[in-house]
Amino acid sequence: MSRRRNFFKSIDWWIVALYIILVICGWVCIYGASYNFEDTVFWDINYRYGKQLLWIGLALFIGGMILLLDGEMYSVFAYGFYGGIIVLLLITLVVAPDIKGSRSWLVLGPVSLQPAEFAKTATCLALAKLMGGFDFMHGSGFTQKRIIDAGMVALIMFLPFAIIILQNETGSALVTSALFIMLYREGFPGILLLAGMCAVVFFIVAIRFGAESIIPPVPEESFGIFLVLVSAIIIHFFLILVYFGDTHYCRDLAIINALLFGGGVLAYKEFNIPVSFLTLCYISIAVAILYQAYRALKTWHYSYFLVGLFLVISTGYAHGASFAFNKILQPHQRTRIEVTLGMLDDPKKSGYNVNQSKIAIGSGGLEGKGFLNGTQTKLKYVPEQDTDFIFCTVGEEHGFIGCAIVLLLYTALLLRLINRAEKQKLAFNRIYGYCVASILFFHVAINVGMVTGLTPVIGIPLPFFSYGGSSLWGFTILLFIFLRLDAANDEYGLSGRG
Amino acid sequence: MVNDPYQNRRYVIGGFMLLVVAIYVARMFVLQILDTSYRDQADSNAFYKEITYPPRGVIKDRNGKAIAFNKDAYDILITVRDAKGIDTASFCNALDIDRATFEERMKKIRQIPGYSPYTPQTFMSQLSDEEFAPFQEKLFRFNGISVRKRTLRNYSYPCGALLLGDLGEISGEQLKRKQKENDTYYQPGDFIGLGGLERTYETYLRGQKGVKIWLRDAHGRKKGRFEDGAKDVPFIAGSDITTTIDIDLQAYGEQLMANKVGSIVAIEPKTGEILAMVSAPTYDPSLLVGRKRSKEFLKLVKNPYKPLFDRTVQATYPPGSTFKTANTLVLMQEGFVNANKCYSCTHGFHAGRLTVGCHHNGALDLITAIKLSCNAYFCYGFKDMVDHPKYKGAANGFETWKKHLVSMGFGYRLGTDAPSEKRGYIPNAGVYNKIYGERHWKATTIISDAIGQGEILTTPIQLANLAAVIANKGYYYTPHLIKSIAGATIDTAFTNKHVSTINPKHFGPVIDGMEQVVQHGTAYWIRNDELGMCGKTGTAENPHGKDHALFISFAPKNDPKIAICVVVENAGFGATWAAPIAALMTEKYLNGQIETPKRQYWETWLKEANLLPSLAPVIPSTAKTHK
Repeated sequence: MSRRRNFFKSIDWWIVALYIILVICGWVCIYGASYNFEDTVFWDINYRYGKQLLWIGLALFIGGMILLLDGEMYSVFAYGFYGGIIVLLLITLVVAPDIKGSRSWLVLGPVSLQPAEFAKTATCLALAKLMGGFDFMHGSGFTQKRIIDAGMVALIMFLPFAIIILQNETGSALVTSALFIMLYREGFPGILLLAGMCAVVFFIVAIRFGAESIIPPVPEESFGIFLVLVSAIIIHFFLILVYFGDTHYCRDLAIINALLFGGGVLAYKEFNIPVSFLTLCYISIAVAILYQAYRALKTWHYSYFLVGLFLVISTGYAHGASFAFNKILQPHQRTRIEVTLGMLDDPKKSGYNVNQSKIAIGSGGLEGKGFLNGTQTKLKYVPEQDTDFIFCTVGEEHGFIGCAIVLLLYTALLLRLINRAEKQKLAFNRIYGYCVASILFFHVAINVGMVTGLTPVIGIPLPFFSYGGSSLWGFTILLFIFLRLDAANDEYGLSGRG
Repeated sequence: MVNDPYQNRRYVIGGFMLLVVAIYVARMFVLQILDTSYRDQADSNAFYKEITYPPRGVIKDRNGKAIAFNKDAYDILITVRDAKGIDTASFCNALDIDRATFEERMKKIRQIPGYSPYTPQTFMSQLSDEEFAPFQEKLFRFNGISVRKRTLRNYSYPCGALLLGDLGEISGEQLKRKQKENDTYYQPGDFIGLGGLERTYETYLRGQKGVKIWLRDAHGRKKGRFEDGAKDVPFIAGSDITTTIDIDLQAYGEQLMANKVGSIVAIEPKTGEILAMVSAPTYDPSLLVGRKRSKEFLKLVKNPYKPLFDRTVQATYPPGSTFKTANTLVLMQEGFVNANKCYSCTHGFHAGRLTVGCHHNGALDLITAIKLSCNAYFCYGFKDMVDHPKYKGAANGFETWKKHLVSMGFGYRLGTDAPSEKRGYIPNAGVYNKIYGERHWKATTIISDAIGQGEILTTPIQLANLAAVIANKGYYYTPHLIKSIAGATIDTAFTNKHVSTINPKHFGPVIDGMEQVVQHGTAYWIRNDELGMCGKTGTAENPHGKDHALFISFAPKNDPKIAICVVVENAGFGATWAAPIAALMTEKYLNGQIETPKRQYWETWLKEANLLPSLAPVIPSTAKTHK
């Protein structure tokens, strides 16, 4: 009896509450999105909001079951789950019908399931099991064991990624990359992560804004390259601060840059002088490298040159990406990338979608048009308005305030997850907690970025909001397993003390 | 867990997540609050604004009779995509068109710029009630066919076409001009007043369009009313206007002018209100309504007698002898003649080798001169004045003469509300300086001006106004067609008194002379003592054919209620044709009917007379042209 009371007390009700609030908000938005101006029936189970309510009920049932089952099970059977899901993914690849080019749905009579949604949980459990092992990554340097361990991590992550790519669900597959956040927490070199991120982001930015000019009078200067150089300059400040703690350098360089760019903007805005802002960037980088050399010689810290190298490589990379895109790629390849990045106004595809979703969100204003009053979402201007583009309904009907509240709810959930993960006494639990936070973060960031035109169009759902049983159950299982592990953590502590 | 070297990375991860959220919130702020263009795009995306057209204001005559009012017309619209499965045969049958017409119209619709199969396109326009009724019964059978109600003009009298004006679809040029004038009321396809009162008082008559807001989906299909019509803007009906025209008098005048070229302008002297304004030949205004409009309009344009040319305000004639009245007033004001002043006429005016012919012999006083329209008298008077040494030169003398005439409404536009008024022409001394050289001309050089020939040109409305000035003994109100506008006041230009430079005391002898014209003078045969008419005949020389007959008059003498100018082109002597028309108009207006059998005979005689000239010389304004 006492165990039961303790168990209920030890569940993290903050996370449960945030989960329930998000699910309810999601349902309200799905109701809004499927509401029809002509046919104003309030309730019909056959509509998607009716079905979603059924999915929510089942999700809560699944969540409850997970909490009631023994927490030890997940650690013990982690590889089993993983193996099972890999087999399921392979079966799906073979037997799944082709739905809009994707072979990811397993049809069992009246029910359709998307195993990819559950693969995330299994992958997280397997990674946590592997990395939570007592002697994982022991020692230092490139020992044979460490290389094998790293290879195992990569394999566990890569296997489902590859199969899901084959199913033509690129979006779901890319979610795997979110796990680098967890890897970073567990010791993955930050500098490598930064380099990887820079490589991806710089490439996208350089191409996405490559065709635009910085200022109209100087049309040949690419805004994309400019953005990359400015980002590199900003990042190099952080590098200097984090690795050298050199505030003098930062102060001096900040003043120089302020004078340089401030003067450039002033000259252009006030005196209409066509300033070459790219040249200003080169000057800024050259000054930075010279100043670093001076500091390096003065303080005997030769690693200053590595920061200079970063700047030089970034500059070369931006130009290289731009050159490769414009000169080396075939036109049809270029078109494909442009459509993916939302650069081409392709009315049937992503360009149209993003434009319409921006219109829908932008028309919401501060307070939104009110529940059921959104015109853009209801009149089917926004495609997939209750799945991937559900956030448009939030933006249109509830405005900036609604969007901010939803984003804050997600932030609260993510920070609470990190907080609870750090409190775990078992590495397995902590790693799994970070996996959950990483995956949820990736979904929110990419989905909201996509509907507001900030990130490329990658079709992944907004957790707890988007319509669909598989994704809701997938996220529920992912989250509630952590809740169960977290609850056991306290039991652990109690028994440990006793 | 104590030795976890990476536990501080939680802050980096948490901070990174917060940074991303902050960027997104900022992005939302830009999209939703700073950038308002998305809101407009959303509106044009989702709202279909259906224009509702207000009924146009009614035009009433001075006695409150509706002259121009509204009737419904129907446009048949087709939404091509929804009308795919339509039964073409029965559709054509219901509209009384054949299959080929249907195909041709559909082909044309598809060629319209901006054509969309999802939005309604005009298939047929301006069907009348009679044409529409049989179609309406079957309308429910045709998917994708809708109806737009418009209002067209309906006229209760077949007259007043030019003064009322007409309505037509706004042209691209007009649209551009209106936009330049910051008038954003019109859209392509809207009706606009194109002439007469419809044009002058367009802004009052048109009212305010309303808007019905519909929601439409991504395919352009209507999805019900936005907020159940709460945001709709109802139309505001156009204001009714009352014109100064007496429609019965107008109709009578048009009958009298049948088969003639010319004009009648009748003015109430005390107010400047125009009672009738006939330009002949004319046409039935209802010809220019509905689908037959463009065909009928083309016919009118091609008509050699130019029925679209408003002779009352646009035709300019030498005023002929009618002008002697104005000349007399100037000479009296300047002190060169008075009631007792006599000149001797010896079959004309003689100055050196120059002779202006006349029919009289012997000395005439002023009243007799007017009565008999003696050319010599007025030439001598004109010569005495213009050449008088007190002006120090003929140029100054002539300028003084002109100044007085301008004060009686000549030489410039009167500013009436009938559109496209011409200014007439009184030359100034500079013109003669140019022709003859400075100081190389004198009164005798330009002596024809004295008797209303020469360079002088006037419009019929200016001559009617002269009659009003004389009737009022020295003042006039700008002749106008507008009596009142519902909910607005009329232009103060029409209520400002214009006082001429002639002293009122000089009008007595001129009025007496004009009375004599009708009693015993050149127009003696229209004498009618009950009416108390005062008039003056005129004959304007026409180099292209027979002379134009002119007559101005007002009546009754003691309390003038109507001032008239009648011009009958190519009719010869003014007394024969123009005077009886003026007499009948006066009697009709004052008494409501024509009483004596003699004048009833005139009525039939005038109505039947055909004075249409042969087609070579038709343009009256070319009688004399000046630049």
